[in-house]
Amino acid sequence: MFTWDQRWEVVIGLEVHSQLQTQSKIFSGSSIAYGAEPNTQASAVDIALPGVLPVMNQEAARLAVKFGLAIGAHINQRNVFARKNYFYPDLPKGYQISQMELPIVGLGELEIDTEDGAKKIGITRAHLEEDAGKSLHEDFQGQTGIDLNRAGTPLLEIVSEPDMRSPSEAVAYLRKLHSLVRYIEICDGNMQEGSFRCDANVSVRPRGQEELGTRTELKNINSFRFVERAIEFEIERQIDILEDGGKVVQETRLYDPDKHETRSMRSKEDAHDYRYFPDPDLPPMVLEDSFIEEIRATLPELPGAKKARFESELGLSTADADVLTADRDVAEFFESTVNATKAETKIVANWMVGELFANLNKSDLEIAASPISTAQFALLLDRIADNTLSGKTAKQVFAALWEKEGEVDAIIEAKGLKQITDTGAIETIVDEVIAACPEQVQQFKDGNDKVIGFLVGQVMQKSRGKANPQMANQMLKDKMS
Amino acid sequence: MTIITLAQLSADLDAGKVSSTELTQEYLQRIDASEHNAFISVDQELALTRAKDADAKRANGESSPLLGVPIAQKDIFCIDGTQTTCGSKILENFIAPYTATVVSNMHDHGVVSLGKTNMDEFAMGSSNETSHYGNVVNPWSSKGATLVPGGSSGGSAAAVSAQLAPAATGTDTGGSIRQPAAFCNLTGIKPSYGRCSRYGMIAFASSLDQAGPMTHTAEDAAMLLNTMVGFDSKDSTSLDVPAEDYTTQLNDSIEGLNIGLPKEFFGEGLKPEIATLIERAVKEYESLGANIKEVSLPNSHLALPSYYVIAPAEASSNLSRFDGVRYGYRTEEYTDLVDMYTKTRSEGFGDEVKRRIMIGAYALSSGYYDAYYSKAQKLRRLIANDFNDVFKECDVLMGPTTPSTAFSAGSNSDDPVAMYLNDIYTIPANLAGLPAASIQAGFTSAGLPIGLHIIAPYLQESKLLNVAHQYQKVTDWHTLSAPGASAHNVGEKA
Repeated sequence: MFTWDQRWEVVIGLEVHSQLQTQSKIFSGSSIAYGAEPNTQASAVDIALPGVLPVMNQEAARLAVKFGLAIGAHINQRNVFARKNYFYPDLPKGYQISQMELPIVGLGELEIDTEDGAKKIGITRAHLEEDAGKSLHEDFQGQTGIDLNRAGTPLLEIVSEPDMRSPSEAVAYLRKLHSLVRYIEICDGNMQEGSFRCDANVSVRPRGQEELGTRTELKNINSFRFVERAIEFEIERQIDILEDGGKVVQETRLYDPDKHETRSMRSKEDAHDYRYFPDPDLPPMVLEDSFIEEIRATLPELPGAKKARFESELGLSTADADVLTADRDVAEFFESTVNATKAETKIVANWMVGELFANLNKSDLEIAASPISTAQFALLLDRIADNTLSGKTAKQVFAALWEKEGEVDAIIEAKGLKQITDTGAIETIVDEVIAACPEQVQQFKDGNDKVIGFLVGQVMQKSRGKANPQMANQMLKDKMS
Repeated sequence: MTIITLAQLSADLDAGKVSSTELTQEYLQRIDASEHNAFISVDQELALTRAKDADAKRANGESSPLLGVPIAQKDIFCIDGTQTTCGSKILENFIAPYTATVVSNMHDHGVVSLGKTNMDEFAMGSSNETSHYGNVVNPWSSKGATLVPGGSSGGSAAAVSAQLAPAATGTDTGGSIRQPAAFCNLTGIKPSYGRCSRYGMIAFASSLDQAGPMTHTAEDAAMLLNTMVGFDSKDSTSLDVPAEDYTTQLNDSIEGLNIGLPKEFFGEGLKPEIATLIERAVKEYESLGANIKEVSLPNSHLALPSYYVIAPAEASSNLSRFDGVRYGYRTEEYTDLVDMYTKTRSEGFGDEVKRRIMIGAYALSSGYYDAYYSKAQKLRRLIANDFNDVFKECDVLMGPTTPSTAFSAGSNSDDPVAMYLNDIYTIPANLAGLPAASIQAGFTSAGLPIGLHIIAPYLQESKLLNVAHQYQKVTDWHTLSAPGASAHNVGEKA
């Protein structure tokens, strides 16, 4: 657990670039599918040939509005694209089309869970912009290759207020946001492929001071763990500087996950003057009330509401409800299973959070790729509920389902795992065990209750796990007393 | 020698007096023989292929007014497979892989593109002297004194004036169609902003640029404009309005027409001789039954300063794509990325372009944005409001197109501000997005043509052309051919 000198207060704000799940680019018809051969998804518009013009992709606006509605934000029904001017080889036009003064999404908020309970994090704004291409530094003999497939990919830049006060709060916010964009299906959230990227603004100030300290902006922190570690490192670095009587320099710093350090990328003095101005090629975007209301009608149940419902209606613990609503696919898997099984909701939660998640993690699979369907998972839990399987044999069936060996009942049949509940059959084994273990039987009779566990174990072993353990236990006690 | 109009060529083609191939060959020969430097590139093969295609279509019974008519295209329009330089060294090696919407619209109507005309670099200039491809000779030059054709559409103006093409396209950001039309005795139309798609037209100042026709007559301008306009989903500033036939109102009577003469267009700086000629033209309108009244555009003195902030600001950003990375000129040797950018752009752009990029970058820079760009946009609204006010009492406005006539090459090149004053009367229409024309209105004692400037309310191109045509029906200034015009004559041949 990371701690720091509590005389210092930490202030964190995050800027998240979320790639919108459109079919085509924000200002051209090119595909945005990931992983294509370099420059095969770069049209005349994307490579900024002389004379080409941008045309707004309405789908990107729709997804941005969906996000705004999901965080209860003000939607700017008249919003304006602006040009952000700078030179870089992967920026074909020499400017990025973004939004400056009038972004599509205005002030909203997102609630996170902290150690001290729920906390609201303000979201200053979210604006539409286009992504740049990529510079490729390998395989070009000292030269740089440019791949413009990504150029023009629609992004929603989500800017938080400086409301977070610890690295764990920052991560909690980021996870919440990650969950939300996937829930409302505006972004696939794939951090490896860069679909969900985060920059952090970090500063510290003496606790009680009103004025904000000088901040640094951390870049290249594209996993939850790196965000946390980069901020932790930066807090320590800044406190060290201030305690030594120094001053924090306002600058952009790059996080190096291998060395676990941040290092200066460019200072404020080197900062670009982006010469923002409204893009004359794109008239202001005007969103009709009906357009917004249509989008509102497509919003799914949001994670917060779902979590509350899982707790109140399905009786889940806060912890289970949290885990099972963090991802929309997980929540849907859970609800489908609950609807299909006779097992108690709590058992469903236990098996999901336990066995299923453990196996998914081990195989690095998303729940959508689970080899076990909700129907088979529900059936497995039914067989526990109706005493066909014990907890132990159920795990064997689960393993077989995972390996796609067949369906639940066929596996039970094939492996002979049907639990023995027939009194006669269990009695025979119990008698054998009593006869084979006179020493333990004597101990029990002398008052050592704990030895019963050993004896039940013997029964289970002899029945190859199929005897109903509760029945065996009762029968042993009856016979030995 | 007489001028040859599109209307006449259209009729000749229709009557089978001449084929598109013959016409195209004739104009290609004239271009080849001319010494006006009006063209940057000519693709004879492509032109003749299109001409043959047009002839085949006519043989098949297809008919369209401009089917098979050859036209010169300003080298600001991308045409698939052709060199497209925009008058700049930085695009010397650029072959466009696609065609501008305006040109493809014209091609769809059967127009034959003859070649690409010379122009001021990136349309920045009023004399065609900023072109990387050399000065253009105004066909109205007399022996010994080489006059500029105006700019930026100087090559197009010279080509039509010298009869190297019966008509040409131009673009107008602050007067680049109308000023050269006035200098070369042509009719030039700048349509309402958004009428012609800007897709494929290399951007100078996006909020001001507009393509238009340069012809001998208003009737020709209407015919050519018919083939250029139309909504284009590839240009978000393109107007989604129904297509019109601009020739239908040409012959409407203008009796009772209310003509406003903004007093600001007749003030200091206007050559007295031009003022007199404009007054004479206005009198002609009066004799056609028009009512004349003096009006005021009180903020028009703010147009030039406002324009010279907005246009360079947009240009500074629009021209950033010419960086040597993906296409166009790249410097030979460089040490690193910044060096590559610096040398490429220093060597690839001419002085006027660099001057405007610097002005524009300054006007947009942090700390100056409010004082310059923001303020210029506010002035722009005031200027547009002035027009809204006067059009409540007038149908059109008239004045001189330029304060002076064509000047000799080199005479203004050391004084950018003197050069910028060429556009003082034309810029307000660009800032307000209004349609405007320059038509032939006579000659000075030195024998140089002058232009009558007509501004109409938004989207009233038909009215504009009607007013221009009615004047041309009773005058013959537009029929006078330049002394430097080509000796050949298509009309005689036909």
